[in-house]
Amino acid sequence: MNSIITAQDLCLWYGQSQALKNINIQIPERSITALIGPSGCGKSTFLKTLNRMNDLINGVRITGTVEYNGTDIFSQDVNQLRKEVGMVFQKPNPFPMSIYDNVAYGPRTHGIRNKAQLDEIVERSLRDAAIWDEVKDRLKKNALGLSGGQQQRLCIARALAVQPKVLLMDEPTSALDPISTLKIEELATNLKETYTIVIVTHNMQQALRISDRTAFFLLGELVEYGDTEQIFSQPADKRTEDYVTGRFG
Amino acid sequence: MISRSRKLFLWTVRCLMGLAVAVTGGITLFIVFYVLAQGLPNITWELLSTSPSYLSDRIGILPDILNTVYIIIATLVIVLPLGVGAAVYLTEYATNRRIVSVIEYAAEALSGIPSIIYGLVGMLMFSNNIGTSLMAGALTLVIMNLPTIMRNTQESLKTVPQSYREGAFGLGAGKWRVIRTVVLPNCVDGIVTGCILSVGRILGESAALLFTAGFAHMANGFFEGLGSAGATLTVALYIYAKEQGEFEVAFAIASILMILAMLINLSATLVTKKFQRRKK
Repeated sequence: MNSIITAQDLCLWYGQSQALKNINIQIPERSITALIGPSGCGKSTFLKTLNRMNDLINGVRITGTVEYNGTDIFSQDVNQLRKEVGMVFQKPNPFPMSIYDNVAYGPRTHGIRNKAQLDEIVERSLRDAAIWDEVKDRLKKNALGLSGGQQQRLCIARALAVQPKVLLMDEPTSALDPISTLKIEELATNLKETYTIVIVTHNMQQALRISDRTAFFLLGELVEYGDTEQIFSQPADKRTEDYVTGRFG
Repeated sequence: MISRSRKLFLWTVRCLMGLAVAVTGGITLFIVFYVLAQGLPNITWELLSTSPSYLSDRIGILPDILNTVYIIIATLVIVLPLGVGAAVYLTEYATNRRIVSVIEYAAEALSGIPSIIYGLVGMLMFSNNIGTSLMAGALTLVIMNLPTIMRNTQESLKTVPQSYREGAFGLGAGKWRVIRTVVLPNCVDGIVTGCILSVGRILGESAALLFTAGFAHMANGFFEGLGSAGATLTVALYIYAKEQGEFEVAFAIASILMILAMLINLSATLVTKKFQRRKK
């Protein structure tokens, strides 16, 4: 498989403290890669580096390279990068506007004004995010009226609407109930036909259920990276074994 | 068992507190009713709809009403973009926290300065250059109200959840687009509240305008009015009471101002409530 994202010797500091230490990783296209590890291990930081959301934080310093599709992400237009590498956040964060306007926000941002075209994008994105049937009769209603699980799928639809290649998910189900979690997981599994998904999760079972590759982070280091099955059944590193068997975390 | 002297003490404290409430409430109610009783009977359609004329020995406050409206509009038109712009810059763009806090502190201090000082400065800065006029008065009021608008907008900007901004940035929206489409629409309440408070302040302002806007009672159109000297309702109240001994007119104006002030307070409360409901 071709790798779509490649990080080389990636280091990141928040002020004085180093959050990522020499990360080397290649993320294959059209697959689900899970990032696991205890809190504060750098997995979310790494995820946010991939579409440069860390730019929003003061005092972040980065060395090393990250390439997306062969080009350095730090030398290209950040808005274009974020269009290609979309993000779904830990807490559902729909905008306080209608469901339709939420999904249309991205396409409008990137210059699509045509009503028919927007209608088509909104419907397709909501269908892809498996929420169309639940909201098709109330597209003009405020998105904040939806349940938490629906809001998160709406946020996924919103991210899909700009037609990204990669979808970064930062613990997308940690604020959701089990049924909504299941729906998001099914959705992720379907989406990998078209998109590359990188998901941060605290939930071992989730990583095992949905991901193809798993990366284990500890104290800012990438300890082990490989096929999910291998990471969970025959980890090469003692620390990985201790973590996936629940000995710490 | 509570001792007798203790009981007496508690009873006295209760009485004193009751007295404080009675005095406070009594004074407020007395002023409201006294002013309304003196003023309301003197409000006639003729008073409201005519200009004063020595020839027909008539007093009308139409020019003062118009002047008040003009000065409110002119002030808001200038102060809104300045105040909102400054607030957006300080909250969303500025990176030097120390400078921001100095400016915020200066704005707080500015809003505590007695208005007569603004009048003095306004007279030297504006009236001496563009002439004593409603415009000079409006510019002075702009300086006075800038902190109100700015601080209200800033506080409101700070309540917009960071997750909205992240969501929009994550879709590839630029900074200005995020501010225009996600941040600002969510702090309309702060801006509107700031505006209402400012209108109340302009309505009640006299000291600063005595220095800068003049005393004329001439009914003009909007632009002509801004260019010429004119008294607002509060200034007219001062003139009629202090220089012409027309207390009926003064009280009529006073009751109009009081009713307007109450309406403004009411609408500020309503706006805040309405937006709070929507945010939930």
